[in-house]
Order: sequence, then structure tokens, then C-alpha cells
Amino acid sequence: MSSFWSIWISALILIVVLGCWWLVWIVRRNQPSDRVENRSVGHEVDGIEELDNPLPKWWYWMFIGLILFSLLYLALYPGLGNYQGLLGWSQTEAWEREMEAAREKYGPLFAQYADTPAPELAHNGEAMQAAQRLFSNNCATCHGSAGRGGYGFPNLTDDNWIWGGSVDAIKHTLTNGRQANMPARGINPNLSNDQLGDITEYVLSLNDRSDVNEAAAERGKPLFAQACSTCHGQNAKGNQNMGAPNLTNDTWLYGGDRGTIMETLQYGRNGHMPAQKQLSEDQIHLMAAYVYRLSGQHREKGAE
Amino acid sequence: MSHEKVEKNLGLMVGLIIVVVSLGGLAEIVPLFFDSQVNEPVEGLEPLSAVELEGRDIYIREGCHVCHTQKVRPFRAETERYGHYSVAGEHVYDHPFLWGSKRTGPDLARVGGRYSDAWHRLHFYDPRMVVPESNMPAYPWLFEQKVDPTQTATKMRALRTLGVPYTDEQIANAEENVRGTFEIQALIAYLQQLGTAIPEQR
Repeated sequence: MSSFWSIWISALILIVVLGCWWLVWIVRRNQPSDRVENRSVGHEVDGIEELDNPLPKWWYWMFIGLILFSLLYLALYPGLGNYQGLLGWSQTEAWEREMEAAREKYGPLFAQYADTPAPELAHNGEAMQAAQRLFSNNCATCHGSAGRGGYGFPNLTDDNWIWGGSVDAIKHTLTNGRQANMPARGINPNLSNDQLGDITEYVLSLNDRSDVNEAAAERGKPLFAQACSTCHGQNAKGNQNMGAPNLTNDTWLYGGDRGTIMETLQYGRNGHMPAQKQLSEDQIHLMAAYVYRLSGQHREKGAE
Repeated sequence: MSHEKVEKNLGLMVGLIIVVVSLGGLAEIVPLFFDSQVNEPVEGLEPLSAVELEGRDIYIREGCHVCHTQKVRPFRAETERYGHYSVAGEHVYDHPFLWGSKRTGPDLARVGGRYSDAWHRLHFYDPRMVVPESNMPAYPWLFEQKVDPTQTATKMRALRTLGVPYTDEQIANAEENVRGTFEIQALIAYLQQLGTAIPEQR
């Protein structure tokens, strides 16, 4: 702020404070010394009169007290333009102090787990309790409070992974987020809707469905190899490096019925997991252990 | 000047009242017109694109600002939940400001990038699909109605007179950029850029 506006603000504020003082003082001074109790000021409506009695003493001193308080406040805290106040208080510093105090208090709670490998941490009840709160605050909005996911949001409680279920892969997902990109009609924009129908039958046949149109599935197989296998693999088992799901385990992100698979093929899918920038490194570690536990991996690999 | 004289001269009283009432504004508001911290955009702040601008108008039309604020205050309780506190330079191109004053729902100042587009679509169609305890209304009509592209350029020109630096090219292309956009797309585009101008959003 330029010094002109600083002086402008300070002057106005002090004028107002002194003006209040003057008003209180002048009203009291103007009381006639020979004043009569309950003297009317001269107007009367329906028998109601305004009387010219002085302010009660306690009220008068309260005004004076408030004026003194405002002057004291303006001396201690920033209020007069660029003047920072005797305490040097600022909103930003107050916030930083608050954050620092919280870091000192809560940081160690997460730091104590930082050196424990995640699969081991998954067995630590206390750690998992803390992690569950983090999960509720940061993950449950999409993945659900139990981590079972929903339409378009992966289920975290099974051991089927789109981007990988190793601790490192989970950490990578949490830290950087994920952006899936399945183009409409795979990598062949010239496929007709009939051909997409054939691919749908083929994908269904990979999942042991009983109602598959075998002839169509047969036609769909080479089309799949041409348009889909670049990402999903020749055997359709997916590729976690590209976030291409396994299409043979009857686990579906958007639905495995004929209509939904057809929709996926026609319009593509762009699943997106936002990066969890609000979590500290120690918190990410704890969350990775929690998600690892959710998937049940700790039962098979962690304990022994 | 006696009490009686002021009280019995309406013009004089009005004049004195105006003097007293304007003192607060003169000290608190007028200096801000000339304060660079308030007038200059933060580095990297871009005016809303044509689609985002239409999204903003849907945000206003549906009254989102009645239940959602766009202002993270500098307290830990807020910055932990929403991200870095809001700074004045982020709102330089906002006409009107959409800070709001009541939080029935959460603050949205930094909602950009926090959820995926797909999440927003589900959430607008029926908030209970993703947040079972939510009391936000559903907005299914956003999925049926398209944005009127004929007014976008006019809006941008109006904003330019208020100091938003739209280029002639942006204004010329506005209609084309907006045509065919569903309201839900525009609104989500608007939400996804909220609070993303400053690099340290957390």
C-alpha cells in the first residue's frame, strides 16, 4: 500500500475514534449544571415525551472504555494503514504458526510408521485405525467407505488391479493420480457398430458366459486382436502399465453386461484418479498399507 | 451546534448521516481500488474460457453460491480440508465475485482437479450415488439442456469492459467453442479450473 493511502486510512480511523470521544464529551458538557431531573426536550406525541436526562454514569464510562480499547487495539495490532502494530501480528504468520504446531503434534504420529514396510504395517491395528480415518476423508467419496468402489470407481477390496497392486504401484497411484484413456472403438476408428457387437461377444466369451453368440465371438476375435490387443494384450489379460484392465476375470469397472461393454467400445472410457497432493509422504505410506490390506494381500503374503 | 438544530433540519441531518456512514467505506473500501495486491492477477491466472464462462453462468443460475462458498480462509482447519487459503489476486477476473457467505455444502474455491469429471457427472445427476448422506439437490436437467452459444461473445465483451483481458480471437471463436456443449460439461469445466491458478494449492 502506498504511503498516501496508509496515511489516508490512519487519518480517517483516528478522526472517527476522536469524533466518538468528542461526541460523548460534548453531550456530557452540554448538560446544564442546574439541570432539572426529567426535563422535557419539548416534543410530545400521545403523551410520550423525550426527556433530557444525562447518560447513566456506567454507560458513559463504558463509552470511554471502548474508545480506550480501540486505541490500545490499534496500537497492538495492524489497523492503521501500513503500521504493523507493536505485536507484529499478521494473519499469514498466525496461520503458519498454527500449521507448524500441528506438524509438530501430528507429524510424529505418521512418521513413526514411515520405516515399517507397508505389508507389515497392514497388520498394525493402531496404524490401520489412523489410516481408516484418512481413507474416509480422502478416498471414500469415490471408492466408498468400505472401499468397494462403484460404477467407474475401482473396488479396492478384491485383488484385481488396473494399475497394479504392489505397494509401489499403489503409492504411485496415490502420489501422481492416474488417467486412463480408452479411445472409442479401440485403436481402429473405422470399426462398424456390428463389428463392435462381435468384439462384445468375444469379450463375453472370454469370461465363460453361457449366452455367448459363438459365431459372432469367432468374428470378433481377429477384430479384438487388431483394435484392442495393443493395450489389453493378445490374451486380453490387460496391461497394468497402461491401466488396461484384465478382460478375462469377470471383474468390471463399468459393468460386464452386453449393453455396457458395447457402450464402452462405442464411446471409450477415461477413468481418472486425482493425485492426492494433500497427503504427506508419511501419510501416503500409511494409505498404501491400508489399501494393500483392503485387497486382502496381507493375509497371503504379509504375515509370515 | 445544538441537538435541536440537527434534529429539526432534515437536510442537515441527512448530510451529517452521509458523512458519518461513508467514513467506513472511505477507510476500508476506497483504498482497495488502488491496491496492487487486490487489482493485479496472480501469476498464471487466465480468464475463463468460453465454455468455463458459460459454466460459471450455470453456477450462478442454479444458485450454487447460495450453499457453497469460494473462499478458503487462512485457518488450519480450512487449509487442511480445502487447500491453500484464497488470495485476492485469484479473483481479479471474477465479475461478480462468487465468494458466497454460507456453507451448507463445502467450500469450492479449490475443487478444481480434486475429483474426476466422471465423479462430478454422477454427483450432479444424483449426489446420493457417490455421497450417500448428501443433502444436495440433483440437477438432472443439466444433462439434457445445451448452452446457448449466441450470447457467449456478448458476455465476454461485457467482461472485457470490466478489465478481463479477452482477446479478439477468443471472442470471435466463442460461439463455435460453446456450440453443442451440454450444460453439465460447461459446469464441470468451470469447476475443474477453480483454484488451480496458484501452483501451491495445498
